[in-house]
Amino acid sequence: MEKRTPTVKMRDITKRFGSVLANDKVWLDIYRGEVLALLGENGSGKTTLMNMLSGIYRPDEGEIYVDDKLVDIRSPKDAFDLGIGMIHQHFKLVDVLTAAENITLGLKEKYDLKAVAERVREICDKYGFEVDPDQKIYDMSVSQKQTVEIVKVLYRGADILILDEPTAVLTPQETDKLFAVLRNMRNDGKAIVIITHKMHEVEAISDRVAILRHGQFVGDMLTKNTDAQEMTNMMVGHAVTLNIDRPDPVDPKPRIEVKGLTVRSMDGILKLDDVSFTAYSGEILGIAGISGCGQKELLEAIAGLQPTESGSISYINDDGEREELLGKDPLAIADMGVALSFVPEDRLGMGLVGNMDLSQNMMLRSFRRGKSIFTDRKSPKALAETVVEELEVNTPGITTPVRRLSGGNVQKVLVGREISFAPTVLLTAYAVRGLDINSSYTIYDLINRQKQKGVAVVYVGEDLDVLLELADRILVLCGGKVSGIVPGRGATKRNIGMMMTKLGGASE
Amino acid sequence: MFDIVSFIPRAVMQGIPLMFGCVGETITEKSGNLNLGTAGVMYVGGICGVIGAFLYENSGAEMSTFLTIAIPLLCCILGSALMGLLYCFLTVTLRANQNVTGLAMTTFGIGVGNFFGGSLIKLVNIDVPSVVLTKTSNVFSKTLPFADDLGWFGKIFLNYSFLAYAAIIIAVLASYFLNKTRPGLQLRAVGESPATADAAGIDVIKYKYIATIVGSVIAGLGGLYYVMDYACGVWSNNAFGDRGWLAIALVIFTVWRPSLSIFASIIFGGLYILNVYIPTGTDLAINEIYKMAPYVVTIIVLVITSIRSRKENQPPMSLGLPYFREER
Amino acid sequence: MIQISKRGAVSRKRNIAIRLAAIVLAIIVCAIITMATTGTDPFAVFSAFINGSFGSERKLWIFLQDTAILLIISLAVTPAFKMHCWNLGAEGQVLAGAMAAAACMVLLGDTVSNGALIACMVIASVVTGAVWAGIPALFKAKFNTNETLFTLMMNYVATQIVAYFCVKWENPVGSCTIGVINAQNEAGWLPQLGNKYLLVIMVAIIMTVLIYFYLNYTKHGYEIAVVGESERTARYIGIKVPRVIIRTMLFSGAICGVAGLLLVGGIHHTVSTSLVGGQGFTAVMVSWLAAFNPIVMILTSALLIFMGSGANQLASSCGLNQSFGDILTGVLIFFIIGSEFFVQYKISFRKKSKEAVKNV
Repeated sequence: MEKRTPTVKMRDITKRFGSVLANDKVWLDIYRGEVLALLGENGSGKTTLMNMLSGIYRPDEGEIYVDDKLVDIRSPKDAFDLGIGMIHQHFKLVDVLTAAENITLGLKEKYDLKAVAERVREICDKYGFEVDPDQKIYDMSVSQKQTVEIVKVLYRGADILILDEPTAVLTPQETDKLFAVLRNMRNDGKAIVIITHKMHEVEAISDRVAILRHGQFVGDMLTKNTDAQEMTNMMVGHAVTLNIDRPDPVDPKPRIEVKGLTVRSMDGILKLDDVSFTAYSGEILGIAGISGCGQKELLEAIAGLQPTESGSISYINDDGEREELLGKDPLAIADMGVALSFVPEDRLGMGLVGNMDLSQNMMLRSFRRGKSIFTDRKSPKALAETVVEELEVNTPGITTPVRRLSGGNVQKVLVGREISFAPTVLLTAYAVRGLDINSSYTIYDLINRQKQKGVAVVYVGEDLDVLLELADRILVLCGGKVSGIVPGRGATKRNIGMMMTKLGGASE
Repeated sequence: MFDIVSFIPRAVMQGIPLMFGCVGETITEKSGNLNLGTAGVMYVGGICGVIGAFLYENSGAEMSTFLTIAIPLLCCILGSALMGLLYCFLTVTLRANQNVTGLAMTTFGIGVGNFFGGSLIKLVNIDVPSVVLTKTSNVFSKTLPFADDLGWFGKIFLNYSFLAYAAIIIAVLASYFLNKTRPGLQLRAVGESPATADAAGIDVIKYKYIATIVGSVIAGLGGLYYVMDYACGVWSNNAFGDRGWLAIALVIFTVWRPSLSIFASIIFGGLYILNVYIPTGTDLAINEIYKMAPYVVTIIVLVITSIRSRKENQPPMSLGLPYFREER
Repeated sequence: MIQISKRGAVSRKRNIAIRLAAIVLAIIVCAIITMATTGTDPFAVFSAFINGSFGSERKLWIFLQDTAILLIISLAVTPAFKMHCWNLGAEGQVLAGAMAAAACMVLLGDTVSNGALIACMVIASVVTGAVWAGIPALFKAKFNTNETLFTLMMNYVATQIVAYFCVKWENPVGSCTIGVINAQNEAGWLPQLGNKYLLVIMVAIIMTVLIYFYLNYTKHGYEIAVVGESERTARYIGIKVPRVIIRTMLFSGAICGVAGLLLVGGIHHTVSTSLVGGQGFTAVMVSWLAAFNPIVMILTSALLIFMGSGANQLASSCGLNQSFGDILTGVLIFFIIGSEFFVQYKISFRKKSKEAVKNV
């Protein structure tokens, strides 16, 4: 390997959040004219590390050198002045302002929106972007917003670009376009860091890969000299195959029948378009799709949380009697005797109350029981103790507010509560997002056990590999429409990936 | 008959303190700070002007027109700026709850106003019967030339003091500032999404401080105008009343647009004195019911704006929320 | 370099220590302000303060009674605040309740038996207080109308209604006040327990216990807590958020009505626009300073009343204006809300690395 000088050197970077050690003496080199993939599991400290480079956080310990000069990056402005720009996963755009206004935000140049628009067009032409400088952000699609973010960074003359999981919200076509642009920039001599946990992206775009695990730097190497297996091993610490159990469905009978479900969002955008399917007892129905294709609306409609436009959702009990769930709120559904559990995507914002302790959170589902005006505090406490013990929740005690727990433990508390009241239907959204491998397997295990008890499980997932190994059938959503339902056994990633991006493909 | 020529100037004069308060609060709220202490700020602004003027009038020195204006004006600006600073220190630096801080500032500010207003003579041991700042007031309430010569035109358009015109100019300038300048754009960004503004390299803390202090100073001028011009230099306790709260309500009414506040304030000023112009006959009590007008209208406006909510007319997104960069 | 970070768990001891320190600091600052404005020496200041609340048996009773009223109003606003509904309308709700009680006394004073009259007063003031809070709650629940300003405006509407009746029922004519109602037969005056202060104090104690249990042990209380923490979670578990908002605000208003009833029937036997005297706002701060804990509110309301009456005592002995108490109350609250920061966050100092240059 030729001798090159890195443009950015991070040395012994340490960052703590309370008692959590997010980065532990991390070393990282970034070179110009190269795409570096920063690879690591969720929670391995990738974003934290880059946030320190872009001035969002400040390291507790350690040094950062840019072009061999020791620098102290105190704010994003300092970072920009050093030519460092970051495109965050959650876009940092002001909704009510236009693209041009957002782009010029924070700059010192003369305030002239026409000139800004002109330069934006120049940048767009150079790299092949499409941005309307006068469009308000709230009128834009996710991919347009991302484009604005990238243009914003380029507009500031950044030559060290950091992108935090940029493809999470994109269709494959949009991803290809993005990668082409990134390659152009690399050839332009810019340094590019892309944070990801997707192996194929590392292989597709990066020249070099650096791997973090549990906040520590594990190693880096040229992408062409490594392979997915080696990277995975470094990422998780030991060789794993995704061996998720998939017991055969137990006596499947129709449990939830959805017909012609159509949902519009508050602003009138079509979120679900004529969706029909049946979920059976004793099986796991996986839902695949690019994020924001109606998964959330689908689960919330079944759970009675989402106003719908048309269609029907019938619940079929063990005796074959049908009841309509549509138009009923969660309380009415429970009053009908339908034991429906829902593990929502937003754990602390919806499924749990962060400031309440474990046993108070258990009470969320049970507090109405009994005729007394007082709440029963004993059984939630007992349940909390059981969940902590059985699911091995790591917590100081059951009187700890759940927001103090780590992501995996929070999820265990939530899932533990949801399966505690013997549901017949279990809806889960991104059940393992942000969890480490061990916690993820605990969750898969719990879900499988529910399935074996005859529960109809609907599992919305983002990791296709998991869906392919866990689900009995996979329903693929694309832009609010069902593009197909395929058996989980024997389905291929390629096929599902195709269905995620366009309608058609294999179907039952 | 309803005397429109005498009604309008009085409505305007009632509206001017509200206009100051509303524009000041709008600028403050654009930074994401909901300053419920505006009532207190306006009291402090008023009383500081009174203290300055009182000391100057009784200093025995020959009074120059310039100092007669400059001293109360500076005192007022200083006092209200300090209130803004206090609010920022508590809510921005110490991240205290904005509502509670605002309420405490109202209690404190009204307390300061009434205490000094009531005890000023005793405190400085000057031998006058009451705080009546006729000389200062005469300067402050000087209207434009020709006001009396041009008939109804003069009465309606020229019949006001310099602070009244200043209020309108400030409102126009604030509107221009927010919509057409870079700091205005950046201030809006801070109020909408401090995290975004921060990431763009804007000093969020600085913007919040400056906007709130400038907003407080503008609001404080409303207090000064009230006592020096409207009340003819006589401070009476609690006379300023609820205008601070109405100013905050006006901010919602004007959907955070200072230019609209010019008309809205005058309309509210009109509502405030409507009872004087409605014949009550022999039933004096009914007058008290008419005095409800501004509050009832405010309620109706609140309800209407909440029913027809549009993206453009929403409060700044982060209004009322503290900002801490490393929060997680 | 100053580094600020959020603390993990905060120990109870530390929490109390920081707050006590803030109060002590506030009192010192108040003493300095007092000395500066009145020229009194510190010893006289403190003795005046003690005197204000504990100087005589009568003062002590009045202190307890004032604390009780403030406590009841604070208890009233607490359920709504716990729900994150900023009800700044306690002032108006108390006044509306007081007006209703007074109206019963005026209109029915001579016609029904005293027992029936008092029953009417209780119902009238509780219902009126509840309605006064219910109107903004309805719009908040239906259209998410800003409740802060709505309730605030309702205060002034209530004030004007009282002003209307003060003119309508003025006694003596020309005074524009209602005067003591039913001074001859004492119709509608609430019965005394032992002395004229004890009834109000007993009601406050009972209320404190009731609200404590209501918030912490009942299903309603739990629903309030969930809605306050997260409306989405509330909907997720099937709580009807609008219904909880309306129910809780009605409850808040009803208790304010009780406070109004006590002010009119038990203490003043008249009604005026300044009857509540800003306690509706003070109550917000009492409740917030106590972190919505009814038991702690006993202390915070006593503290604010102590400061207020001490300042009044001092002001009147020096011939100063009564508003002095408001200034000191403000200072005290500034210190306490400022101290919250030191409970929640840790401030550490760290050395800047020597060779680090800010390369900008």
